[in-house]
Amino acid sequence: MEIDINKYPTTNAIGDYVRQLMGVEHKLLATVIDYSMAALGLVIFVSITALFLVYAERKVCAHFQARLGPMRVGYHGILQALADGVKLFFKEGLRPKDSDAVVFYLAPMIPMMATFLILSILPFDHHLQVTDLDGGILFVIAISGFSTFGLLTAGWASNNKYSMIGSMRAAAQMISYEISVALSLLLVVLLSGETSLMKIVYSQQGTVADWWIFKAPVAGFLGAVVFTISSIAETNRGPFDMAEAESELTAGFHTEYSGITFSMFFLAEFMAMFIASALVATCFLGGFLAPQFGVDALDSLLILVPGFVWFLIKAYAVIFVFMWIRWTFPRLRVDQLMAFEWKFLLPVALLNLVFGAVLVAMGWIL
Amino acid sequence: MQLEKINTIEKQPGFTASLPKHDNTEEFYVNMGPQHPSTHGVLRLVIQLDGEYVREVVPHLGYIHRSIEKMGENKNYVQYIHLTDRMDYLCAHHNNHCVALAVEKACDIGVPERAEYIRVIVSELQRIQSHLLWWGVFGMDLGAITAFLYGFKERERITMLFDEICGARLTMNYFRPGGVFVDVPDFFEAKVQEILEFIKPSLDEYRTLLTGNSILQERTKGIGLLSKETAINYGCSGPVLRGSGVSYDLRKNAPYSLYPDLEFDVPIGTDGDCWDRYWIRMEEMAQSVKIIEQCLSRFPKEGPVKSKTKPSIKPPKGTHFAQVETARGIFGTWFVSDGTDKPYRIKSRSPNFSNLSVINEMVKGLKIADLVTVLSTLDLVIPDIDR
Repeated sequence: MEIDINKYPTTNAIGDYVRQLMGVEHKLLATVIDYSMAALGLVIFVSITALFLVYAERKVCAHFQARLGPMRVGYHGILQALADGVKLFFKEGLRPKDSDAVVFYLAPMIPMMATFLILSILPFDHHLQVTDLDGGILFVIAISGFSTFGLLTAGWASNNKYSMIGSMRAAAQMISYEISVALSLLLVVLLSGETSLMKIVYSQQGTVADWWIFKAPVAGFLGAVVFTISSIAETNRGPFDMAEAESELTAGFHTEYSGITFSMFFLAEFMAMFIASALVATCFLGGFLAPQFGVDALDSLLILVPGFVWFLIKAYAVIFVFMWIRWTFPRLRVDQLMAFEWKFLLPVALLNLVFGAVLVAMGWIL
Repeated sequence: MQLEKINTIEKQPGFTASLPKHDNTEEFYVNMGPQHPSTHGVLRLVIQLDGEYVREVVPHLGYIHRSIEKMGENKNYVQYIHLTDRMDYLCAHHNNHCVALAVEKACDIGVPERAEYIRVIVSELQRIQSHLLWWGVFGMDLGAITAFLYGFKERERITMLFDEICGARLTMNYFRPGGVFVDVPDFFEAKVQEILEFIKPSLDEYRTLLTGNSILQERTKGIGLLSKETAINYGCSGPVLRGSGVSYDLRKNAPYSLYPDLEFDVPIGTDGDCWDRYWIRMEEMAQSVKIIEQCLSRFPKEGPVKSKTKPSIKPPKGTHFAQVETARGIFGTWFVSDGTDKPYRIKSRSPNFSNLSVINEMVKGLKIADLVTVLSTLDLVIPDIDR
């Protein structure tokens, strides 16, 4: 089933709704309403997603570890994450004696900011996107490196040697893995010929076989795998959680953080995980498009489910893989981590990009 | 006092060299412990670091010193046994066994056959239990937290059995000079059989979960090399010594209790790296299962579990010594008797102290992450070092 892009102009759905409701004609006011509604929507979305992810992580890891996880607060512990959040809010924020106060409190905000910036260009549905940038992919690559500053300054400002080692590791790791992330995203740009995230989603219209993970033989699948692995490293999750490395550096860069400042790092880490899996879903798994199998009876049912539901289902499926990996593997050592990127992942990503270019040039895309 | 000093670059106590100053980089000291997730207790290591590289490590002891040996001088021999299970709390039965053996040797007390079988079965269960906990903690030190809970899941069954036979889950106290203090419950054999049936598939499960993992192998092979000579010179024992290729197990080399009659192998490593020490402990669990199976097949159904001893045991004047192979190595008890019912002086030889001493030889030039791996494969229990 073909979808006409022009039929679905990518604007802010929430803003549209408010404008229709209030009948605002003034252009500046309309813009203000648009973006403040979008910001509010994102804050609500981030809060709910973070709470859900914390709960999901605790439950998933509990079941991997042959135990039940939170069971007391609410039915099967569904309110546990909320209770923890409230606890974190009311905890005393401590700052080490000789730390740099301004940088210390500024540091947790940087990863949060990066999170919100990327969320603002993610296409959740045909209409559900804050803004569609023409160079969306470039924006993603630029901003995802931005959160490194947060980790680096946090370690620097804490006046703690463990934090310092952790943040140095984080910087080295994230800068290295950035390259594989960028190369695998570039593959999608090459295949689809688009840099806007919305247009990349629309380039995967049709059946499941038209998703980039299947459509470009081998290259698409390899690209998705490389992107997933390097995303895990970039979001600082196990087995690549060098920056935290609980058993070596106590808690790495956020050793000295507590209360609300800690929860901001925590929140940013979980949202970074959501963004990474959302990007896998957008670039390789057809984003918000309903899966179509070429069977009319089934397809007409699947298309009834709203796009953002499909988007979340795909994103959470990838998140499950992230958690699966985290709770199964031991942590790599810092030099092995770098060797893995520079000696294995980067060459694979580069060759894959060349292979993708050959596919496009020869027109071998399925 | 020292904790504040650590921030300066002056030479720290115990280090051979002060901090060298390079043109553009600076080496620094870091405190690992007394509170640290992977020192497993209150061990404090002062590390001289060059970026990620470890230059030198100096362990500082004494944070959990309770003067158990001195306390023993005011207690009689049976009472002293209660203190020994607070030393190496993961090998409580082995420690008790050692004191019981020493007193039995000194006073020439015989042990009934049934009691010997119970002792060996319980000792080997203790070895499995200790290794299971080590395995889980080792996984956690490497970042595989799931392994930790799997290890504890299996360990729980043995702990429950100990609870049923002697009334304690930790710091078990069961052995007495001349046997064990109370007979095992009726379901003992069935329960042990059940545990074995449960442990055997678990050991295979561990192979798929952690042993076969390439990240684990990458991180342990060739790391923390300990040569044969160094291991012997420092007095290492247990899996740490055997990992370096020295075949020395008291159960074979200086047999006590029933061990001469039992068939089992002593796994030996080749390189003395973390992988060898890991593999040896995994193999020892399988061997312990084998020992328990043999004991169960010959287990006497009836009979006394404790020989008659005098109400107050008074060993003859002189020095007395006994040693056993615990899960960590050789535990020895040496005491001087003045002919009364209380020892004049007690000295314990703990395996962990010697095993910790060697750490500086093993970690020079490695990374911080490797230091944690090496520390974990030494399998230290800190209260045993400080006593």
